[in-house]
Amino acid sequence: MSNAVETVLARHPGAKRDKLIPILQEVQTAEGYLSEASIVRIGKHLNLPASKIYGVATFYNQFRFQPKGRFHIMICRGTACHVKGSARVLDTLTRMLKVAPGQTTREGLFSLEVVACMGACALSPALAINDEFFPKVSPTKIAKLLDKCRQQDAESAAVAVANA
Amino acid sequence: MLNITINGRPAEAQPGETILEALNRASVKVPTLCHVEGLAPTGACRLCMVELEANHQLVPACSYPVAEGMAVGTRTPDVLEARRTILELLLSNHPDDCLYCLRNGNCDLQRLAKEHGIDQRLYRGKQTKIPLDMSGPALVRDPEKCILCGRCVRVCEEIQTVSAIDFVGRGCNAYIGTAFGRGLNVSSCIHCGQCVRVCPTGALVERNQVREVLRALADPNLFCVVQHAPAVSVTLAEEFGIQPGSDIDGRMVAALRSVGFKRVFDTSFTADLTIMEEGSELVHRVKTGGVLPMMTSCSPGWIKFVEQFYPEMIPNLSTCKSPQQMMGALIKSFVAEREGVEPRRIFSVSIMPCTAKKFEAGRAEMRQDHVPDVDIVLTTRELGALLRLCGVDLNAFEPEETDTPFGERSTAGKLFGATGGVMEAAIRSAHFLLTGRNLADLKIEPLRGLDGCKELTANIDGLEVKAAVVSGLGNARKLLDEVRAGTKQLHFIEVMTCPGGCINGGGQPLSTTTDAVKARMKRLYEIDGEETLRLSHENPWVTRLYAEFLGEPLGHKSHELLHTHYHQRDVVL
Repeated sequence: MSNAVETVLARHPGAKRDKLIPILQEVQTAEGYLSEASIVRIGKHLNLPASKIYGVATFYNQFRFQPKGRFHIMICRGTACHVKGSARVLDTLTRMLKVAPGQTTREGLFSLEVVACMGACALSPALAINDEFFPKVSPTKIAKLLDKCRQQDAESAAVAVANA
Repeated sequence: MLNITINGRPAEAQPGETILEALNRASVKVPTLCHVEGLAPTGACRLCMVELEANHQLVPACSYPVAEGMAVGTRTPDVLEARRTILELLLSNHPDDCLYCLRNGNCDLQRLAKEHGIDQRLYRGKQTKIPLDMSGPALVRDPEKCILCGRCVRVCEEIQTVSAIDFVGRGCNAYIGTAFGRGLNVSSCIHCGQCVRVCPTGALVERNQVREVLRALADPNLFCVVQHAPAVSVTLAEEFGIQPGSDIDGRMVAALRSVGFKRVFDTSFTADLTIMEEGSELVHRVKTGGVLPMMTSCSPGWIKFVEQFYPEMIPNLSTCKSPQQMMGALIKSFVAEREGVEPRRIFSVSIMPCTAKKFEAGRAEMRQDHVPDVDIVLTTRELGALLRLCGVDLNAFEPEETDTPFGERSTAGKLFGATGGVMEAAIRSAHFLLTGRNLADLKIEPLRGLDGCKELTANIDGLEVKAAVVSGLGNARKLLDEVRAGTKQLHFIEVMTCPGGCINGGGQPLSTTTDAVKARMKRLYEIDGEETLRLSHENPWVTRLYAEFLGEPLGHKSHELLHTHYHQRDVVL
């Protein structure tokens, strides 16, 4: 089991089921996501079946079950963004990336997350890639954005190879 | 005692009970979909809404407590309208494939829709798109037909303490699933089928294998034989609308022959054999300082439960195979030899009150030379379906006897069908094995009845044998924890996975109620009271089988055919 999970659990000795959500949050902060192994390990610590923890964790949008991609895309589905057409943006993203919200593309490049409001209503519809905000996105802009990310990833990979 | 009014008529209620309990006592029916007798109410389905006349408020009867002077209406216009709307909403995302559903004609949702005169789809909701899970050996889950009543989740968690399934997701995207969305086959599911018994729709059903049996019966190259479990003959009648507690053993045997089975055997015979082997094993363990307490191994759901939750207690399990697997092994060895048929050509079917038996028959331990000892397991429900399909009228048959070489069973073997039965049979024979004399009174009252936990200290000529009987794995878990903590000293533990034992098994008719289970149990006890052969060790055919084939209990041949070993199981817990 990863040390990160053990470190979190060591902070909660003798914890009961009411500590489940804080523990899940801390593990996600430490590891970036909740792995199957982490969930089973947390279950052993709290004496809870994995199905129960999985049920609780899937209830909340904040938990993810796949590691984040190198480009983590957060798309806002708040009221203002919805009025300005964020549903179509999300639809375009899921079609182009072939992943649903909460998932990561197979090569680990992109992950998609839906958030309720980023407080950037003036920029709606808005999305954020690795904490950088992109205002007034539209389905046509999305393709360019994704291409830029891919290009950036290829360049950094080339740099890494050159350095090695 | 509280005085209440139901639909304008005075009625009585107990303080602290719910409106639903008071209604039931007064024989006033309101529909329920999420209520499970004996478990705390959740009020999830809202179908049991009744109107409080004081303020015209609608409240769920299953979870609202009665109060003095309360007046409730169960059929006011508001109640009927609310119920209808709830049903229409439940149906709004239902796949509507009733014609192709295993529960067609036997579905609570379908029945209620009919009773409430729902003749068109008023709301069209987003369909749930979660794939069918047919990975398991015994159960099939179809989340698209699920109405999220939560009965299966609660039975799995609160009665069996397995929690293989739970609610996943939220709101209109919620569904019932396993941890990480894996298949049932790699989950902690023990295949007991109690979830199927409580499911109001076709979202949870057994793996139906009727057609495989029909195909085998039509194959001239196969020699089809069948065995039937002790608890089936007292429940099959209910599949044909006969009242609970009717024993149709002889007629069932005749019916099985009429659809083409060449030999019909009674699993109660190998229950007698189990007693000989298990009784000898217990005596051996006590005398040689073996691992105690010894735990019975007849119930396959319980075996899987120990393998995954209590692997360190596997040595406590009796090494005896279950009666089904003993019969299976004998059919493909002894019977094959006697009939001069190659084991591969024998198609061995067993009729069980149990869905976990399907899992057991598929276990790697339960085969010889890659030939499974039991080919197909049908539940009581599937046998009902098979007989109906073949146009069999049970009333048209004269009772017939089962086939030799396992011609006769003792009533001790028959008692295996109810919780406490294995222990009662074992104590009767253990008494004889240890003292050479039979018990003066064969009826062991403390072991009888539907209690989930029963205990008995038997004094056999100065030797104290402490025994415990539990049914329902929640009760088993409590007992195992006490044994593990050293707070309970026992010699022998009987565990049945399903509450009440096989008479309440996961493969029994869906109409099962507590009263029906009581009637089945009573019938088994009556059979034990009426017949003369009541001791496993006095069964002449058991004696002959040892003399002609097996040698002696725990002997070489027995070990090869009738015993096995279990291993820790790696599943998502």
